[in-house]
Amino acid sequence: MAKSIDVSDLNIYYGDFLAVEGVSMTIKARSVTAFIGPSGCGKSTFLRTLNRMHEVIPGAHVEGKVMVDGQSLYDPSVDPVEVRRMIGMVFQRPNPFPTMSIYENVLAGVRLNNKKLSKRDADDLVEKSLQGANLWNEVKDRLNKPGMGLSGGQQQRLCIARAIAVEPQILLMDEPCSALDPISTSAIEDLIHQLKEQYTIVIVTHNMQQAARVSEDTAFFNLAGAGKPGRLIEMNPTKKIFSVPDEEATEAYISGRFG
Amino acid sequence: MTSLQTAPDTIAQARVRRLPRFAPAIAGAVALAAGTLLGISLGWNVAGIVVVAVLLYLVGLNIWSRLVENARAATDRMMTSLIWVALGLAFIPLVSLLYKVITKGAPQLNGRFLTWTMRNVIGEPGGIYHAIIGTLLITLAATVISVPVGLLSAIYLVEYGGESRMARWIRFLVDVMTGIPSIVAGLFAYALFAIVVGPGTQFGIGGGVALSLLMIPIVVRSTEEMLKLVPNDLREASYALGVPKWKTIVRVVLPTAMAGIITGVTLAIARVIGETAPLLIICGNTDSSNFNLFGGQMASLPVFIYSSYTQPGRNPEILQNMAWGGALVLIIIVMALNLIARIAGRIFAPKTGH
Amino acid sequence: MTTASVRTTSPKRRLGDVVFANLTRTAGALILVSLAGVAIFLTSEGLPAFGAKAGELQGHDNFLAYVAPLVFGTILAAVIALVIATPLALGVALAVSHYAPRRIATAIGYVIDLLAAVPSVVYGLWGIGFLGPKLIPIYQWLDEHLGFIPLFKGPASPTGRTIFTVGIVLAIMVLPIITAITREIFSQTPRLNEEAALALGATRWEMVRLSVLPYGRSGIVSAAMLGLGRALGETMAVALVLSASGVVTFNLISSTNPSTIAANIALSFPDSTGVARNALVASGLVLFVITFIVNFAARAVVARYEPGRKK
Repeated sequence: MAKSIDVSDLNIYYGDFLAVEGVSMTIKARSVTAFIGPSGCGKSTFLRTLNRMHEVIPGAHVEGKVMVDGQSLYDPSVDPVEVRRMIGMVFQRPNPFPTMSIYENVLAGVRLNNKKLSKRDADDLVEKSLQGANLWNEVKDRLNKPGMGLSGGQQQRLCIARAIAVEPQILLMDEPCSALDPISTSAIEDLIHQLKEQYTIVIVTHNMQQAARVSEDTAFFNLAGAGKPGRLIEMNPTKKIFSVPDEEATEAYISGRFG
Repeated sequence: MTSLQTAPDTIAQARVRRLPRFAPAIAGAVALAAGTLLGISLGWNVAGIVVVAVLLYLVGLNIWSRLVENARAATDRMMTSLIWVALGLAFIPLVSLLYKVITKGAPQLNGRFLTWTMRNVIGEPGGIYHAIIGTLLITLAATVISVPVGLLSAIYLVEYGGESRMARWIRFLVDVMTGIPSIVAGLFAYALFAIVVGPGTQFGIGGGVALSLLMIPIVVRSTEEMLKLVPNDLREASYALGVPKWKTIVRVVLPTAMAGIITGVTLAIARVIGETAPLLIICGNTDSSNFNLFGGQMASLPVFIYSSYTQPGRNPEILQNMAWGGALVLIIIVMALNLIARIAGRIFAPKTGH
Repeated sequence: MTTASVRTTSPKRRLGDVVFANLTRTAGALILVSLAGVAIFLTSEGLPAFGAKAGELQGHDNFLAYVAPLVFGTILAAVIALVIATPLALGVALAVSHYAPRRIATAIGYVIDLLAAVPSVVYGLWGIGFLGPKLIPIYQWLDEHLGFIPLFKGPASPTGRTIFTVGIVLAIMVLPIITAITREIFSQTPRLNEEAALALGATRWEMVRLSVLPYGRSGIVSAAMLGLGRALGETMAVALVLSASGVVTFNLISSTNPSTIAANIALSFPDSTGVARNALVASGLVLFVITFIVNFAARAVVARYEPGRKK
């Protein structure tokens, strides 16, 4: 059951420092939304507020509203830990747990959340998740080998398998291909195409071609100036952004005049 | 301050006269020969000959370099030699100590030495079984106290405390604590149990408390370093799966750092297992085996070594030799712990290969 | 729609997190408490000694007269150790950081670790059973030829169990700690400073003197102070080696030597009772305060210079 996200007037702080200002947007369910923009514009920071990973950093907090299917994410009664089970995340650098095998890595989210699984259910879940991440055929004969032994691209797909094993509704990806070679990147992009059948996907990327290839909608973030907070400049269907953007700054960024 | 010379104008000028590469070897050989000759003719022992040879070498090479090269090069050679001499001087005691302990201690090691106690042993060699038992029990008690406290404190410092005022004070005072004299730790345990249990209390667990005061700071510092080495990526990956912070620490962070933590704890054990002063005060000494940490005086290997050497009784030769034997056993235990620490570090390290 | 701002300091926290966080905080607090406990319990057990009457304190009039010679001996032995150990430790540290090839440097590191791992009672055994007797002829020579210097007034000890022998043993024992800290700091000398010196045509020693030593100055000071702290509190080596009679003298080679606080406790504690025992605990408190101040100062120096020392 994929879900949509509504953000209104979101300000993001690190302590007293206002990092991102006044973001409002709607992210559609079962589609891919890409965030683009120059480094330091706050696109990753914003992404991390969507599953409350942001507040892991001491002093970080937000003002404003994030609604997921009509429910406020930042309501005082909402447990951030539960939020993160519902909204999964894949990081810039592949980060499988070094003490665990491939099998254990896939099950980590479930096992660490105290869910008891029969051996058979566990096997099924591992196979299903690895299939879902397009990794099953490559690793099915060495499930008990350490996850760190895989190549970078395989590790990243393992991390995606690990994220979808807890059956989230939304998947956030923070530059998932920036540490990978072109072949692995293409494998991940194919995977994103498949995953959007089931999940709402938000992807941050520094690669505009990638945004154009994988996303339905694109949001362009930029800094208001040096030392000023980042803000959302424009959000539109990807086709429109890359052909006739509303804003001049978007046009300038996409045509490579800055950033 | 040495004035650097004016810069040469051509490479030809930059080619200064240098001593041959094997000049130090020549100087060394000559100095050694001269020293030996002088020493033999004056009837000195080996130590005297070596000292004179080193002095001759230092002076001779300096003069030679000063004549052929220049004053700066001579100073440079002099300081290089002095640094190697310092290194040699630092190593002599270790070599001498190990040689002495092995040659004096090895003849003592036999089945009887390791399995007998000193109970009712008079005028003949006994054994150190009771002392080994005591040392193991007391050290075990210290470890049982220190590891949870040290581990949890380190977790507090890395995962919760951050740069808070309390965390900074703990970090600073833990550093200061590493410098507490061991005898003070013994007096602390003595004073504590004199008040809590009764005046003059001496028992094994008191030694455990005293040693843990010395051990905790070591465990905290090494564990803290290891936890800091765990990449933040892994914590974030775990949080993003909806795992609570405490479970992330217990199930992801600690296992990742486990190799280093085990190494650190083993080294901490090695550090305190040879402590004598606190046990002398709070554990006392006895000739029999005592398996009860909570009642009665308890012997330990270091205290056995000390008291056998200083109070050898009517037949001093026997007990003093046993002290050397005990010292060899103690050193073997300490070295074994150091070795285990390194091996454990390898075994428990996260596996990355296929 | 009202945009009520929601701070994310969520009041709802999981039970497991609360329990675990408090558990770790308690462990940390326990360390602070135990440190305070050392001071409190030593004071309460040592208190009777401060009001002790003449005759109860090994023939001294009051506690101050009792402890003063011990403080003197403690500091004298530690200073001798430091004078010997510091230059040696600097030499070894430089050998590891700048002179020896990498493989040899690693080996030297292992040996220094080994030196640190030897228990103090074994050092004591070596000092009394080997080093002391070997030093007798040197003490006799010093007595004969340099006897006019008060330090070597003699008469030379016939056993070699002098405060100078103690100083040498202590020097070996504190060498590893001074070496460990200084070599760490030397190896952090910015490469740029070193290359700048070499590019000016400096020899290796000039490079060390111009860039490495100035950079490591505060580190050397604090390392020496930490070594001092260790030497002040060392017990068994002194108790075994020293033939002490509790005098105050700068004569380093005779058989009447000042005692140290730690050695005096170890030697007298087992056979003492009543106020005499309280006095020993009180002297331990004095030792604790002295070493605490020395360590505190040393760590403060390190802490002051550490933040700016990023690679």
